[in-house]
Amino acid sequence: MSSLAENAIPPPLALGRVRWVGFQTIVIREFHRIIRIWSQTILPSAVTATLYFVIFGTVIGSRIGPMGGFGYMMYIAPGLIMQAVINNSYTNVVSSFFGAKFGKHVEELLVSPLPSWLIVSGYVTGGVVRGVMVGLAVTAVALFFTHLPVLHPLIVVGAAVLTSVTFSLGGFLNAMFAKNFDQVSIIPTFLLSPLTYLGGVFYSITRLPQWAQHLSLADPILYMVNAFRFGFLGVSDVGVGEAFAIMLIAVAGLFTAAVVLMDRGAGIRE
Amino acid sequence: MNALSVRELTKTYRNGVQALKGIDLSVEQGDFFALLGPNGAGKTTLIGIVTSLVKKTGGEASIFGYDIDRDLEAAKSCIGVVPQEINFNLFETPETIVVNQAGFYGIPRPVARERAERYLKQLQLWDKRKHASRGLSGGMKRRLMIARALMHEPRLLILDEPTAGVDIEIRRSMWDFLRQINHSGTTIILTTHYLEEAETLCRNIAIIDGGRIIERDRMSNLLRRLHTETFVISLREPLAQAPSLTPYVARLTDEHTLEVEVSKDANLNDLFARLSAHGIEALSMRNKVNRLEEIFMRLVDKGAAA
Repeated sequence: MSSLAENAIPPPLALGRVRWVGFQTIVIREFHRIIRIWSQTILPSAVTATLYFVIFGTVIGSRIGPMGGFGYMMYIAPGLIMQAVINNSYTNVVSSFFGAKFGKHVEELLVSPLPSWLIVSGYVTGGVVRGVMVGLAVTAVALFFTHLPVLHPLIVVGAAVLTSVTFSLGGFLNAMFAKNFDQVSIIPTFLLSPLTYLGGVFYSITRLPQWAQHLSLADPILYMVNAFRFGFLGVSDVGVGEAFAIMLIAVAGLFTAAVVLMDRGAGIRE
Repeated sequence: MNALSVRELTKTYRNGVQALKGIDLSVEQGDFFALLGPNGAGKTTLIGIVTSLVKKTGGEASIFGYDIDRDLEAAKSCIGVVPQEINFNLFETPETIVVNQAGFYGIPRPVARERAERYLKQLQLWDKRKHASRGLSGGMKRRLMIARALMHEPRLLILDEPTAGVDIEIRRSMWDFLRQINHSGTTIILTTHYLEEAETLCRNIAIIDGGRIIERDRMSNLLRRLHTETFVISLREPLAQAPSLTPYVARLTDEHTLEVEVSKDANLNDLFARLSAHGIEALSMRNKVNRLEEIFMRLVDKGAAA
């Protein structure tokens, strides 16, 4: 501890260093959490993906025949990877941030000099880390069942990261407003799962009647799954440029909402 | 320079409760300051505003000259806070908790690890550094929150009931530690329900009640205002009821212990003469310590009656 004389005039805050170290600390903490409870964070998606590949790919897929010019197993593989990325990005942030609210240790961050945008960014990066880790695990599982070419690597990475950021931000907003654990699970169960299953993970919307195709175009997850699939296979039901535009707008809108609400203290400050 | 400066601070919660009704308060750098008040008086709201956990309705607050509206990040970097309720992740280890907290204040991990060792050792938590913190005793959890608050070596340490539920031995060792921290230059603001603690540690005091500061003075000045002292006398023989010792007020706390309130200018020989006249033998006598408690109760009672 320094002497009183040294303490007389507080030195100016090295904001850049404080923010960078603070950001790293949030991400490291989130990473350790993911690893500490790996049986809840990494394993379930790998097991679920295996079941999907066995049931939809091997058992049912052989009767469905090719889709979009590819074997059914190969066609659904990008969709299943994206489904895991979406679910895990969302779940990681909603459970971690709500847990911090519930256990009150979110106060450790709220009393610190870190600004709201950086706290949001730290949690979102944690969500992306888990989304990417699980995405890689599901990809590894997929490779046991099917060959998976990568025609456009940058589009694969870009679509995965932007989707992960979008749903991490969604999880953050859910956690801010949630007052109990029921409210943490309502959105994933009643909104996220239906949108994912109807978002072209298992089929091309060209197989649907006209009205259902129009309806499907209102589902944002359709664009994310198809952009991701385009990166692997080069086929998509929607324009890839349009898909990236939607993802960028979603990220910008949700990030702004999260930061503004956090600055206002919604759900976290009295 | 003032470590804390608050002007006309108000807070009205959404349910309409007016927790602070225009608080003016300043705490000098280097002070050991007591902020006392009954439950619901506004202490925790005031601390919440200063640490940005609660949004103020009106007024101004600054920490070492940094206004919390204009220079919030700089203001927050000067503060370490030990809250009333346990608020760390119970699944993390003490070492992880304090190292992460340092990181939130921009302290690089190698430096944070050195400090973690220093403070966890000083607060007798080093042996538990790798254990899940949910397994710590109540006293250890409180000490962990103190260690955590010190990791960025704040200039202002705010302690909200730091020794609640801590046994007397640990409490006294915490007092020694806090004195040491204060002597090395850290300003400390303490809220406590143990008035003996405030009387022992603090040089200045404010009493808050009903959202207003009802008293602000040096501790010694405040205690001087007490015109009577209470002596606790141990008796050789048991008594069934308190004797009449007019003009002194006497009461039995148990059959062998008599408490007598004596005016500060009274002659104690006279008291002993009256005890002898009643055939009462005094084995020992000590001054009742909680003088502050008496003043506190008078001030708060006066506030409630007003």
